[in-house]
Amino acid sequence: MNNVYYGKLIFELSKEGRCGYSLPTNELEQYSLNDMPANLMRGEAPAMPEVDELTVVRHYTNMSNNNFGVDTGFYPLGSCTMKYNPKINEEMCNHYAFTGLHPLQNENTVQGALEVYYNLQSSLAEISGLSEFTLNPFAGAHGELTGLMVMKSYHLDRNDSKRTKVIIPDSAHGTNPASAAVCGFDVVVVKSRPDGTVDVEDLRPLLDDTIAGMMMTNPNTLGIFEHNIAEIAKLVHEAGGLMYYDGANLNPMLGKCRPGDLGFDIMHINLHKTFSTPHGGGGPGSGPVGVRAGLEKFLPNPRVVADEENMSFKIECNDESLGSVSGFLGNFGVIMRAYAYILTLGKENLRMVGPLATLNANYIKECLKDCYELPIEGVCKHEFVFDGLKDKSTEVTTLDVAKRLLDYGFHAPTIYFPLLFHQALMIEPTENESKETLDGFIEVMRTIAKEAKETPELVKTAPHNTPVRRLDDTLAALHPVVTYAELSAEQQ
Amino acid sequence: MTYKYFPHTDEDVRSMLDKCGLKSLDDLYQDIPDELVLHRDYDLPEAMSEIEVRNLFNELGNYNEKLNCMIGAGCYDHYSPSVINAILSRSEFLTSYTPYQAEISQGTLQYIFEYQSMMAALTGMEVSNASMYDGCTATAEAMMMAIANAKKKNKVLISDTLNPIVTRVVETYAKFHGIVVEHIAAVDGVTSREDFEKKIAVGDVAGVIVAAPNFYGIVEDYTGWADLCHDNKALFIMNCNASALGVIKTPGEWGADVAVGDGQSLGIPMNFGGPYVGYLCTSKKLIRKMPGRIVGATKDMDGKRTFVLTLQAREQHIRREKATSNICSNQSLMALYVTIYLSLMGKQGLKDVNALSYSNAHYLAEQIAKLDKFELAYPEKPFLHEFAVKYHGDIDYLQEAMLEAGIQFGLKLDNETLLLCATETLTKDMIDDAIMICQGIQDFNDAAID
Repeated sequence: MNNVYYGKLIFELSKEGRCGYSLPTNELEQYSLNDMPANLMRGEAPAMPEVDELTVVRHYTNMSNNNFGVDTGFYPLGSCTMKYNPKINEEMCNHYAFTGLHPLQNENTVQGALEVYYNLQSSLAEISGLSEFTLNPFAGAHGELTGLMVMKSYHLDRNDSKRTKVIIPDSAHGTNPASAAVCGFDVVVVKSRPDGTVDVEDLRPLLDDTIAGMMMTNPNTLGIFEHNIAEIAKLVHEAGGLMYYDGANLNPMLGKCRPGDLGFDIMHINLHKTFSTPHGGGGPGSGPVGVRAGLEKFLPNPRVVADEENMSFKIECNDESLGSVSGFLGNFGVIMRAYAYILTLGKENLRMVGPLATLNANYIKECLKDCYELPIEGVCKHEFVFDGLKDKSTEVTTLDVAKRLLDYGFHAPTIYFPLLFHQALMIEPTENESKETLDGFIEVMRTIAKEAKETPELVKTAPHNTPVRRLDDTLAALHPVVTYAELSAEQQ
Repeated sequence: MTYKYFPHTDEDVRSMLDKCGLKSLDDLYQDIPDELVLHRDYDLPEAMSEIEVRNLFNELGNYNEKLNCMIGAGCYDHYSPSVINAILSRSEFLTSYTPYQAEISQGTLQYIFEYQSMMAALTGMEVSNASMYDGCTATAEAMMMAIANAKKKNKVLISDTLNPIVTRVVETYAKFHGIVVEHIAAVDGVTSREDFEKKIAVGDVAGVIVAAPNFYGIVEDYTGWADLCHDNKALFIMNCNASALGVIKTPGEWGADVAVGDGQSLGIPMNFGGPYVGYLCTSKKLIRKMPGRIVGATKDMDGKRTFVLTLQAREQHIRREKATSNICSNQSLMALYVTIYLSLMGKQGLKDVNALSYSNAHYLAEQIAKLDKFELAYPEKPFLHEFAVKYHGDIDYLQEAMLEAGIQFGLKLDNETLLLCATETLTKDMIDDAIMICQGIQDFNDAAID
C-alpha cells in the first residue's frame, strides 16, 4: 500500500476523441443502427470518459495502491475470516475451458463444469454432516434468505401456515433478522446470558406452534461455543421448528464439529470465508445452502444432479422446489475457487484449519487481556471480543484504537459489533498467520494502549500515516453526492 | 507438521499453547461435549499438489466444449478487453473486503463512486447503488422497493415479455415476501398496452416491471407508460440490457423510477452463469428507499476530497429487520470489471459494440429468413442483436447438428421457436457457415421425408 493519496477520478482524465479499445471492422455496415426507429433510441451518448489504454491501466493501478488487502498485511477483521486467498485458485477459476461457457448451452457440452459443481456440493455435504447442497445463492445473506425459504416451504408443505416467527439471539448479526423479514417472517429475540451464550430459560417460553425455527451461529458472534446446543436443538425440534445454522463462523469447526451432528437442519456456508475465495472488496461471494435428509426437494431450481445411468451430470428443475433465487447456477467462478481449495488442502489439512485458527485467536487473547477488557473469560474459538481498552480513564475509544492500528500497517478488527458491548473490538486472525505476525500485532496493540495513557491525542486523531485522514461521515450522509455529475456540478 | 498455508512449526504450536495454559490442540475444544465432536477425518480425497490440481482441472476442462455462441437469453458473449483481468487480479482489490476503514480503502471507494456515476449515466437515472448480486435479484429488490414505497399495496405487474428466468426469481421473492404478482399479457412479441391499462387502472398496483430490449430482443415503445404508472401511484421499473443502453432510449428518458438489470453484457465473461453484477439505479427522491451499499463524496480532516460508504441507516447492520433489504455486500469486484470496461470503451466503444452486434444479428436474421423452413417470429418489430425465429422442422435435430459443428444455435423456446443472438464476437464467416448448415439440414430433412 502507498500512503500518498491518488484521489483522481477517471472522468477527470478524459479528453474528447481518445479511446481504449479495438474492435473488428464492420463487414456488414449496410445493416445499420440508424435504421432503428428514432423514438426508441437514446438522445445523446452516455457521459462516459474517453481515455487511452495506458491511462486506464495507470489510473486503476494507482487507485489500487490506496487499498489494503490480505496480501498487503494482517487483516484481523472479526466475523469476516480474512484468510489467505491461494493463487492456484485464481489460476483455476480463470481457466479458459470454463470461463467461455454459456449457462444455457447444451448440457453435454458442460460436463466438466457440472462435475465441479456436483463435487463441491458433495464435499460441502460431507464437511457439514448434511444431506444435500445447492450452490446457487450468491452470498451469505442470500444463502440465509434461501435457507429460510426452505424452512417456510417445509412448514407450508405440511399445511402448517401458522408458523410465522423465527427466533434469533440478540447477539446475532443484523443480516439474520433482515433476511427473516425479507422472507416474510416475524422476528422474536432470545436473550444471551452473561457468558454470551443463548439463555435456554429465556428460550423455553418462546417456543410454541407459531415458531418456524431458530437461527444460530455456533460458535456465536463472541467466538463462544454454544455448549447447550444439543438441548436447544431438542427444544426447538420438539416445538416443531427447524434449526438454521448461519455458517459465518464455520471456520473453527473445520475438522472438529459438523453442524448436522449438532442438530441443525438447514445451513449456509460463506465460501468467501471458510473456503478461501477472495472477498473482492465486498463481492462476489457465494452462499451455498445445505439441508438435512427430507428437505432436499425444497432446494432452489435449477439443481445439478448425477445421472448414474449415463455416468454424467444433468441440470434439473422440480415442482416442489421453493422456486429460484438465481438465474443460473450461482457464482460459478467462486465455486471453482472453493473446489480448488478443498482439493489442495485435502482431508489431512482441512482438519487442521479449525484448530490452528482457534489457536491463533486464543494466543492473541491471552497476550492482550491485561491491557484490553476481556468481558468473557475462557477458551474462545476462531475469534473473540474485547470491550475496548482496560483503562477507561483515557477516553480513548475503540474507534481510536482501530484508526491507530492503520498507522502501524494493520487492518483494524471489526468494531462496535456485536452490540452486546459498548466498545466491542472483535479480532479474528485465521489459521494462515504466523506467530511472528501475531507477535507484531500484539506488540502494536500494547503500544497503542500505552499511547492512550501517555499521548491520548495522538491516538484520538489517528490515523496519521494513511493516504487520507479521518473522513466526515456526517457531511456525506446529510448532503449525499453519489455521482460525478453531482460532484462536478458542485465544484462549479 | 508443515503445509504451505500453515506457518506453524511444532515449536510455535507448543509455545502458543503454553501461553494459553493448554497442553494440546484438542484442549482448545474442551468446551464442546465429546459426543458432538467429529472423531474421524472427512470422507474426502487427500491433499493434491499444484501439479495434480492443474491436471485435474485440465481434464475436467476437456469435458467442456467452447462453442460459437448464437445464444443470449440473459447472458451475452461480448468482447472483453485484456486490461480488465490484469487490473482485477491486483490483490489490493481482490483480497480486500468491504471498505469499512475508509482511510485505507480509497481504491475500492473511488471505483465504486465511478461505477455509480457510469451506471447513472448509462441508465439516464440520477443515482445508482454500489451494485447487487445479479440482474434477477436486482429486479426482485426493485419490486420490494416499490412495495415499501407504496406502503399499503402489495401487488406488482410484470410484463410477459420480461425474460422468464428473471420472472422466476422475482416471483420466488414475491411468494415469500407476500407480494401478489400479476402478469401483463404479451401480444405479437410486445407487452399489451390494453392489458396494462386495464390492470393499472384498478389502483392496487405498487409497481410495474417491463423489459428493454425484451426477452425476444424487441425494443418496445413505452410512450406514456410512466405517466400511467404515476397517475396510479405505482413505480415504473425497467429491466434493461446494460450494453444496449449505450444506444436505446434510457429508463430516465422513458420516465422510469427504477432501472435494474444485469451488467454482464458489459464485457463480463459468461463464466457458466456467474459471477455477474446486478445494477439498480433510481431517482434522488427514492435514494433512501434504495437497497444496498452507496458510496458518497466527502472530505477528510485535512479537507481532501475523499469517498465513503454513506446512508447506512437504511442497511441491515443498523436497521436489522426494518432494513430496506437483507443485502449486506455488493458485487464489488464485478462492479470494478464494469467500470474498467466502460472506461476503455468510452462513449464511442459502446456504440460500436452495439453497431457490430446489430449488423451481425440483422444479417443472420435476413439470411435465415430466406431459407424455406425458417421465418422471423416478429418480422415487423425493431430489434438489436437478438430475435425469435420459427423453424418448421425438427428443432432438436437442428440444434444437435449445429452442436456437431461447434455452434450453440440459440435457445429453444418451444417446438417451433428459437431465440437467436449475434454479438460482435461473431464474424460474417461464422454466420455464413451457420446458414449453410441450416440449409443443409432443412434440405436433408426434406429428402428424408420425401
